Amino acid sequence: MSFEQWLYTLPLRWRDRFRGKQADQDLSDELRDHLEQQTQVNLEKGMPMEDARRAAMRALGGITQIEQQCRDARGHNFIENTIQDLRFGFRQLCRSPGFSVLTILCLTLGIGANAAVFSWAEGILFRPYPAVVHQERLLAVAGTARDESRGTPTSWPDFLDLQRNCTLCDAFFVSKITGTTLSVGDHAEVATGSIVSANYFDAIGVHPFLGRGFEPGEDVGSNDHAVVVISYDLWQKRFKGDPQIIGKMQRLNNVPHTIIGVTPQGFYGTFVGWAMNFWVPASMEETFESGGYKLEDRGARWIEAYVRVKPAVTPAQVQDEITSIATRLEANYPATNRGRNIKLWPLWQTPFNNAGTLLPTLQIMMAVVAFVLLIACANVGNLLLVRSFARRHEMTVRMAVGATGRRLLKQLLTEGLILAGFSAAGGLIVAYWCRHALALLFPARNGTMMYLPGEIDWHVLLLSAGICVVATLVLGLVPAFQSRNIDLAGALKSESAGVTAARRKAWMRSGLVVFQVCLSFILLAGAVLLLESLEKIRTTSPGFSTRKVVQTGVSLVAAGYDVQRAKTFQDELIDRVRALPGVESAAYARLTPLGYGSYSSTPIAVDGYQAPPEEQPTVEFNEVGPAYFETLGIPLVSGREFTRADDENAALVAIVNRTMKARYWGDQDPIGRRLQVKGKWVRVIGVAADSKYESMREDPKPFFYVPLLQDFVRGPVLSIRTTEPLQNISSALLREVHALDGNLALYEMITLQEQVDRSTSPQLVAVTLVSILAGLALLLAAVGLYGVMSYAVAQSMRELGLRMALGANSADLLRLVISRGLRLTAAGVFFGAVAGLALTRLLGKLLYDVSPSDPRAFGVALAVMTITTIAACLFPGWRAARTDPARVLRD
Amino acid sequence: MSKPSDLVQGTLDMLILKIVALEPLNGWAISQRLKQISSDVLGVSDGSLYPALHKLERHGWIAAQWKSSGNNRRAKFYSVTRLGRRQLEKEMTNWNRISTAISGIVKLKEA
Repeated sequence: MSFEQWLYTLPLRWRDRFRGKQADQDLSDELRDHLEQQTQVNLEKGMPMEDARRAAMRALGGITQIEQQCRDARGHNFIENTIQDLRFGFRQLCRSPGFSVLTILCLTLGIGANAAVFSWAEGILFRPYPAVVHQERLLAVAGTARDESRGTPTSWPDFLDLQRNCTLCDAFFVSKITGTTLSVGDHAEVATGSIVSANYFDAIGVHPFLGRGFEPGEDVGSNDHAVVVISYDLWQKRFKGDPQIIGKMQRLNNVPHTIIGVTPQGFYGTFVGWAMNFWVPASMEETFESGGYKLEDRGARWIEAYVRVKPAVTPAQVQDEITSIATRLEANYPATNRGRNIKLWPLWQTPFNNAGTLLPTLQIMMAVVAFVLLIACANVGNLLLVRSFARRHEMTVRMAVGATGRRLLKQLLTEGLILAGFSAAGGLIVAYWCRHALALLFPARNGTMMYLPGEIDWHVLLLSAGICVVATLVLGLVPAFQSRNIDLAGALKSESAGVTAARRKAWMRSGLVVFQVCLSFILLAGAVLLLESLEKIRTTSPGFSTRKVVQTGVSLVAAGYDVQRAKTFQDELIDRVRALPGVESAAYARLTPLGYGSYSSTPIAVDGYQAPPEEQPTVEFNEVGPAYFETLGIPLVSGREFTRADDENAALVAIVNRTMKARYWGDQDPIGRRLQVKGKWVRVIGVAADSKYESMREDPKPFFYVPLLQDFVRGPVLSIRTTEPLQNISSALLREVHALDGNLALYEMITLQEQVDRSTSPQLVAVTLVSILAGLALLLAAVGLYGVMSYAVAQSMRELGLRMALGANSADLLRLVISRGLRLTAAGVFFGAVAGLALTRLLGKLLYDVSPSDPRAFGVALAVMTITTIAACLFPGWRAARTDPARVLRD
Repeated sequence: MSKPSDLVQGTLDMLILKIVALEPLNGWAISQRLKQISSDVLGVSDGSLYPALHKLERHGWIAAQWKSSGNNRRAKFYSVTRLGRRQLEKEMTNWNRISTAISGIVKLKEA
């Protein structure tokens, strides 16, 4: 039917559909009119009234038939039929509630798991920043050194040059996470915020709901623009939605800031993992960052930036342009930029927030939920096979009374649609419930929860709809295929199905169970591998002692201490700490291992070491105070540790780690040799053992230490080795700090073990999620196995009875059923092991020191699978064992 | 079914279209016209007319309108639509082609 025709006949179809009575009335009116006119003509011919009438009716034929033919000519109404099918489908499904509920439950689990993980991927990786315009064109910007692939921060002057010279982008902006303790009234709470460039709000297209955003120039100068924009949530929670908030003062890190704006509801900043509460311009950087004024220091790399490319420009083109700018910067500023490039990353690989950390986990999760969906589908397939067997008679009768194959197919598809539709709706509800679940798996830090919301947008809806359509087709086509070749006469004559058909179905059902076992086995093996590697990560020695060491910090920057006052304070405090009962040693360091924050890195030169051309060796280092190695329990291989004498007036010294020694000095003893750091020559005085620095999964890498007293930081971490419990030492320390200055606050105190645990939390999350889903898969497979076995037992009652009559006892029959179940499992495990060996490799990034084909993991998976099989077969086996041969054989 | 078996498939549609293309008529008048024109040769029963009319209406080739036809009776008048005219042309061309071909064959003299 052409579109024009469709349009022409629309009113007709409308009338037929919604005003059927009117249409019927019109039809009989029309026919009556015909009869009356014909009667009139007959009367005029001289017939008597009664004859004239009868003749007219004879000429026309049976009115009822004509009416029916006219209705047929109008065609069957698609919508009407569909509604009828839907009604009928509902009735059919209600008639077998067990089947319907099980099917919907299985599919809901499958669709729900998929929708939830997909919505996480959407909300964390692909569209992480609600309210930000054109996210699809945003890219993360980070620096790289020549010999490393990961992204590191860039410097503010580099950012300005990029911003000025990049022609292929709409916007270039900075958003660097920071934090503070926010005191409003007498209530202090940790708040996360961003240090941003002045163009931030304009660039992301978010316009403050109250007040204004930042103005050009507010990101210039040193502490020149003490202004802050706060989030809607902060405004509501901490300021009780005060409508007069604009212009009020708020102390942040002890500097009074003017509140100039409130962001709209639903905007959480641009950092994956935490919801931002406030934004300050880059000019306030000194107030929030350690390391002094950095806006004019090209060597100080601290910012995290984003770029939005112009429409129709590919990321590769922008990367080319930015590489050429970076090359120019390298040539113009060799002292700071040699060997450094600037790279763009898609948002889902952002190196400086939790997107990059969660990416491997979410990738694995997507594969895992696809498996769960397949297992659920196999269960549903099994249910359908049983049902189609049960509905054989119904289908036969319907075909016998004239239903066409197409009509039956449509009916079956409609039933499938009802089931799949309910499941998809249920799945979306599951996904909605789970949207904040991911954050719950991460341990809270500083008392604040991570913010990792799932985003249920049209992509997720589309995915669910897609699964729904596929499920509908499967749900409809499987039984349709089953009833396609029904031999009407034969089937009506004898109700018993042919032996071969039953056998084929049994094969299909067994095949589906083998498939389920296979998939569950792979998931189990994967879960065990992840568990093993988490165990390895948690038990591997990080190269420092995690027990008995606690750490915290004192926020001197926030309290407005200058360098000299800070030095005096720190010296006095550490003496008091060392004198506390139970304290074995204490030391400052700019950073401690596996904490938040990145180490400084510097180009180095070594006496007697010739670097390959075009390579500028760059090594990371940490600034540590006296007794650092003793406090953290990092063994010194040779030489000595820093002392109080290694201050700014003494000769510059450094301690290198073993890997660095091996790379740059080989077999020679580096002690007493020279090393160039940040352009100055320093003397090596010791070699420390290797340890973990940023991640438990990193390989040994070159690293060195310089004395904190020669490279001063106002806000170092204080580590304390103590035999006292955390609470005692915390309160004792607070007493000592307050004795020195009553206005100072302590940062959160945690053990070093806690810090290590936090750094491995992505592994923990991956293990938890995969284990949950593997458990779910196992449950589904067990249900499938149980279904097949109990059906098989019900079908072979005669055989079982016969065996019993011939002398088999209950135990024999139980064994028979369980061994049948185990045979299916064995086949599934075999395929699962083969496929698993190939697939567990994909876990790569999440595994630590565990081979993807670790026999122990596969062994454990096998054991779990076997136990599950036996459990699933116990009840059918028990029923088989209770067969009453006399009764069964009589029936 | 009371469709005349010797009526070439689709011909009835063409005849109806042709008739209502001349002027809007009601069902009875169309049946009279059919009988007149074809001198009853085609033998279209009244019974087969109405389903055909409804089918054409459903295709959008003819449109119906209720009018009073004297004596205070409502009668359904059919008229051809733009689509119907196009269809009629198509069918007539087709008919001419086929009938020419067939009459050519029929007129062949046996050698």
